[in-house]
Amino acid sequence: MSVSTEELREVALTADEYDQVVRLLGREPNRLELGIVGAMWSEHCGYKNSRPLLRSFPTEGPEVLQGPGENAGAVRLSSGLAAVFKVESHNHPSAIEPYQGAATGVGGIVRDVFTMGARPFALLDSLRFGPFEERESRHLLNGVVRGIGDYGNSIGIPTVGGETWFAPCYRGNPLVNAMCVGIAPADGLIRGHAGEPGNIVLLVGSDTGRDGIHGATFASVEDPQESHKGVIQVGNPFMEKLLMEACLELRGNPHVVGMQDCGAAGLTSSSVECAGRAGSGIELDVSKVSRRERGMTPYEVMLSESQERMLLVVRPEGVDEVRGVFEKWDLHSDVVGRVTGDGVLRVRDGGEVVGELPIHLLTEDVPAYTRQGVPDPGLLARRDRDLGELVESADVAPQDALLTLLSSPNVCDKRWVWEQYDHTIGTSTVMQPGMADAAVMRIRPTGEGLALSMDCNSRYCLLDPYAGGMGAVVEAARNLACVGARPLGLTNCLNFGNPEKPGVYWQLSECIRGMADACRALGVPVVSGNVSLYNESGGEAIYPTPVVGMVGELPDAGEAVGLAFRDGDEVYLLSTGAEPSLGASEWLAVIAGEEAGTPPRPDLEAETRLHRALWALAREGVLSSAHDLSEGGLGVSLAECCIAGEVGLDASGYEGASDPTALFGEAHGRAVIGVRPEHVQRVAEVARDAQLRLERLGTARGDRLVLGTTMDLPVEGLAAAYHGRLHVSLTE
Amino acid sequence: MKIGVVTFPGSNGDTDCVHALESVPGCEPQLIWHKSTDLGGSDALILPGGFAHGDYLRAGAIARFSPVMREVERFAREGRPVLGICNGFQVLTEAGLLPGALLRNQHILFRCAWVHVRVTSSRSPWLSAVPEGTVLRIAVAHGQGNYFADEDTLRELRERAQIALRYCDPDGRITPDSNHNGSVLNIAGVTNREGNVLGMMPHPERSSDPLLGSEDGRAVFASLASTMVRA
Repeated sequence: MSVSTEELREVALTADEYDQVVRLLGREPNRLELGIVGAMWSEHCGYKNSRPLLRSFPTEGPEVLQGPGENAGAVRLSSGLAAVFKVESHNHPSAIEPYQGAATGVGGIVRDVFTMGARPFALLDSLRFGPFEERESRHLLNGVVRGIGDYGNSIGIPTVGGETWFAPCYRGNPLVNAMCVGIAPADGLIRGHAGEPGNIVLLVGSDTGRDGIHGATFASVEDPQESHKGVIQVGNPFMEKLLMEACLELRGNPHVVGMQDCGAAGLTSSSVECAGRAGSGIELDVSKVSRRERGMTPYEVMLSESQERMLLVVRPEGVDEVRGVFEKWDLHSDVVGRVTGDGVLRVRDGGEVVGELPIHLLTEDVPAYTRQGVPDPGLLARRDRDLGELVESADVAPQDALLTLLSSPNVCDKRWVWEQYDHTIGTSTVMQPGMADAAVMRIRPTGEGLALSMDCNSRYCLLDPYAGGMGAVVEAARNLACVGARPLGLTNCLNFGNPEKPGVYWQLSECIRGMADACRALGVPVVSGNVSLYNESGGEAIYPTPVVGMVGELPDAGEAVGLAFRDGDEVYLLSTGAEPSLGASEWLAVIAGEEAGTPPRPDLEAETRLHRALWALAREGVLSSAHDLSEGGLGVSLAECCIAGEVGLDASGYEGASDPTALFGEAHGRAVIGVRPEHVQRVAEVARDAQLRLERLGTARGDRLVLGTTMDLPVEGLAAAYHGRLHVSLTE
Repeated sequence: MKIGVVTFPGSNGDTDCVHALESVPGCEPQLIWHKSTDLGGSDALILPGGFAHGDYLRAGAIARFSPVMREVERFAREGRPVLGICNGFQVLTEAGLLPGALLRNQHILFRCAWVHVRVTSSRSPWLSAVPEGTVLRIAVAHGQGNYFADEDTLRELRERAQIALRYCDPDGRITPDSNHNGSVLNIAGVTNREGNVLGMMPHPERSSDPLLGSEDGRAVFASLASTMVRA
């Protein structure tokens, strides 16, 4: 073997993998070829650890227009339009340079969506950091939020939802997962396809520089602080905006055969993926690529991750016309190659061939590892721990516990975050952050609503990855149900530690198994996704964090249900009958200072009935409000409904919430609903028919939250606790 | 009546303006590309929000050199109605068509929220149908909306009733708390001396549909429509 361990580490290949390459190629690869293989065989591009597991996801359904494997997934709406969406991580870059890391994460996911011929229409972000009390976490939060805001705001796409979580496991390895949703004509989707031999390959957008080389491979190793120096890309939202408008202007142009975003592994992965899908070859001449730096080698050009670049495949007769559209937007385009029939990626530098690799080797021959997962005994013991003593010893009055929970970083209002995001641009946002369990967007010109949610409780996933994986899907679907929307599809971002560790591999496989079971039971196909492994810092893995992004539909956006109580509403708890517990709860973490116990496991059949009932009630217009019970249980949910509605709740006659378990325990399958008195009868009928439990809590009125004899607090005080916490000074 | 909405590279409120105008009887919106020098027979012009030319150098600083701006300037000097919203307001101050300047928000951060503004002068055709003292609930979304002008300019603005909109609380009181970006005198919008050119940081086009939270902003477009009909 004529390659050093150093060189192999640089391209993140093992010695065995190298031998495999040599065998497949029939010779030793040169340095350029090795770099290309390393990128394409990385976890980020090749999914070598997750691919066998991902096969268990249901990916088909009557509404699926595009499943996994393209730039983004797509589902058909009733109106005939398509919703195109995907989530992607930018964890490691954000750990090093939070502002640019997060900004380019947004840029990348937006390109994935407009590449498909869809106009990006909404963004969501799922963010996780170390403890909020620590300065470093606030520094990262500050940079990430400004990065997302500056990029998304500039290109004019509203950021309408997401989540922000804090836990010690994300210290040194924050998670930044961005989701983009776009709208396209269902018959007008553009694929990353090379088409027939003879087609011309255009590279458009920014010039190519040395930034981001090895981003794909370094996304697939541990310890971002150590590994990522010097590979951070810099975003240019103005360029992205021009690129987006130009590409969308080319929708429906008969000369455009395919489009592919230059994301991870840049020109290499974009060209190889187009050729792979077409079963063709592709020839690129790196000397034709416009550069922003002198002296770049073919290796650097092929593996650069300079942002805001797109690969287009165009029929030869249409090249001038297509280039003319880019010129209108002051963008230049380079003819960098052509599609061939020989199934080979051939890289030229002018007249000289500098690399030749079979496309098959790069796309189909990627190794796939099925490992043996073993649960960590320590975690199993934590799960099985008897909480009785812990609960006893946490002697905190219910009122104090509620105020503490409302002001705790994971529960409190995230206004400081979402006010930095333009969420009203596009004049489509019907339910903005804080108004409802999911964001709701109105689609022009049909008026139908698109509901969007991102969810994951990683503490549940830590303590029971199977239940936690199920729970992430179920909670996202329940959030959609609460606004009245039926789910059409989901995308996910699987953030885990190093899969070569048996404990982490077990978490990964169990979470996926739980998610897949929930998807099948609820009838929600997985249409796109992203895997981010090796999220570790100092040898410690993050909590398993399979973030679910779900998209649902309402026939009329005007029917969307918010979470705010309205004065005079009758307030009920509508549930599957699931009993709450304090296992893995927010109360246990915040009040008792312990993350332990068995997290709730959803009853998928009953959950489905609950969601159907919520859709039906929303459709009939008999719900004034609906709010899912999640972190912090009944107490926190009621407080949030009161705060949002600026009205109290008189549940003085309700005696069902006297102990911490009833007040703050967590379970799936529960929602608080507000109903006008004249609709109570109808709600009772629907609940009975669906075999759901309907329990009256009280009436929304006055300015205090009164719960039996255990709680009597002014809403103003609740609001002060809820709104007061999350602010970050700019000097951090 | 034709209303031209100028699209600069980086504009992103242009189509929102078109949608809002389409819902106002008598308004016929048309997009005008920034490289064009033909205003297409427009009876009024809107410079929309966004980040024209990337806002590089300074917000609005490069946009003023776009070919269309010479025509916009001519149009404005003829006394015809021009409205700059958000980034459009910044472009108009950079082009010298409106007094003052827009600085970074006092709290530095970009802020997207619903706020209230009080109409303090109805002189402009864009506010002619809104009685002075009216409070509008309206969307803001900007990082550089902190209005500044020197003492002499402010005196002149007041004397000539050029201060069109001021941030206020829901009851119309001009308070320090309601001044969300640090603007001098809570100024949210000003006109030129003649009153035909209005610049405002809030977004009337995002506040023209009850489904989205407010339709108070429609008054801006409706005012123009009624003025033009009268003329």
